[in-house]
Amino acid sequence: MSQLGPHNSAPESNIEIQPFWDATAEGKLLLKKCNGCGKIHYYPRTICPFCFSDDTVWIEASGKGTIYSYSVIRRVEVPYVMAYVTLEEGPTMMTNIIDCDMDSVRIDMPVTVSFVDTGEGNALPMFTPAA
Amino acid sequence: MSIRNKAYIAGAYEHPTRHAIDKSTAQLHAEVAKGALEDAGLTKDDVDAYYCAGDAPGLGGLSMVEYMGLQVQHIDTTETGGSSYVAHIGHAAAAIAAGKCNVALITLAGRPKAEGMATGTKPRNWGGDAPDNSFEFPYGSTVTNNYAMAAMRHMHEFGTTSEQLAWIKVAASHHAQHNERAAIRKVLTVEDVVNSPMIADPLHRMDCCVITDGGGALVIVSPEIAKKLERKCVRILGHGEAPKTRIGGQIDLTYTGAKWSGPKAFEEAKVTPADIDYASIYDSFTITVLETLEDLGFCEKGQGGKFVADGNLISGVGKLPFNTDGGGLCNNHPANRGGMTKVLEAVRQLRGEAHPMVQVPNCKLAVAHGTGGSLGTRMGSATVILERDDA
Repeated sequence: MSQLGPHNSAPESNIEIQPFWDATAEGKLLLKKCNGCGKIHYYPRTICPFCFSDDTVWIEASGKGTIYSYSVIRRVEVPYVMAYVTLEEGPTMMTNIIDCDMDSVRIDMPVTVSFVDTGEGNALPMFTPAA
Repeated sequence: MSIRNKAYIAGAYEHPTRHAIDKSTAQLHAEVAKGALEDAGLTKDDVDAYYCAGDAPGLGGLSMVEYMGLQVQHIDTTETGGSSYVAHIGHAAAAIAAGKCNVALITLAGRPKAEGMATGTKPRNWGGDAPDNSFEFPYGSTVTNNYAMAAMRHMHEFGTTSEQLAWIKVAASHHAQHNERAAIRKVLTVEDVVNSPMIADPLHRMDCCVITDGGGALVIVSPEIAKKLERKCVRILGHGEAPKTRIGGQIDLTYTGAKWSGPKAFEEAKVTPADIDYASIYDSFTITVLETLEDLGFCEKGQGGKFVADGNLISGVGKLPFNTDGGGLCNNHPANRGGMTKVLEAVRQLRGEAHPMVQVPNCKLAVAHGTGGSLGTRMGSATVILERDDA
């Protein structure tokens, strides 16, 4: 089980996004889907950023995606990988790539979600290269 | 309605400091205001409009007009990061054209160096109320690694290389050698840049701008006032601005908001990129310049690497002289907001007052472009087209 790095921190939640962070404690990655236009967005909002409908619902993501872009941060005490991962459901999310050889990370690499406990009742959804 | 020919830049001033350990932020704002008004041949009492952005301390415009003793009838504190001051020019010109004011003062100042701010490499916490914050800050999202992801994707899609990006820094350094105030005056080679320490793949230390204190100010006036001034004024021909965001997670990091702000500005100015004699392009990182040049239409999307290579941005050498003061990459990036200094060097070029070694001969038409926020997340873009008054 991976742990938070020195660059990581627990999220500062608010009432609108609390369900997202609560679900991470159960190992679930939630997205918002709009019943108005059918589109899925990230990060989650109450009102759809595509059509402005307020009829949005939480759905669970498969946790599978591919790397859209990344950067290995070298000039810090503990290097880490920042990335954007495009989820199977469509949206692209900012995250870290963990539990891998950092120099092997590539754009388009398939990855799966891996939850890292923050110690504050939730977990950060990160990604690791798919087996 | 258009702002074309409706307003002029009459005063421009760049603070000489690069490390303001002995000055307050408000003091820097007032010092650049004084400098720009003296440059224009105007006084504090002539100012009837004030523009500032997020770098202004306290309650922004209100705190600053009280501090400086201004009695204005128009305040605009549009905050789009480093692009704010370029946007302010368009807003001031529109306000002047609408009869809301006649003499608009725009100031920028800050002291990130004196405050020891790790601008590029430390995650910045905007607090839980910022809707994006808890989906970025916990991952160690920083200015540099955000821009790095844009560069990585651009390389992936178009084959852009580190050597091509390095040419942008090399060009800036060729110009900065002639600027006695520049933070970096050493002439750099492509090898110097690609061999400098890797900060966040694929951006090296030398792909990054300098961190400096200081500021700058502009005075925008109506045509009637411009006519009465002895100082050479610069005509405002066009302006465009646009935010670019990730729209619900639909991400494309290979372009910037200049894709929209550029065409708007060129259309209003009734000129094309081919007409431009000099370009001031926001240069927080080398990749910022490369993507912006493509989006403004100086070359095809994806061809920026070839366009900037082999000294094409060096004054007297290449086809498009850019950032002849050394830019943010080598000269000055006060308050981590480079839009103001972009305009200041464009004004020098159009007045024929750039350093003789970098002055573009017979410079008649210039573009100045500002970028704010991050290429990797949310960004502001603002473009102005400026013309020499006797052109």
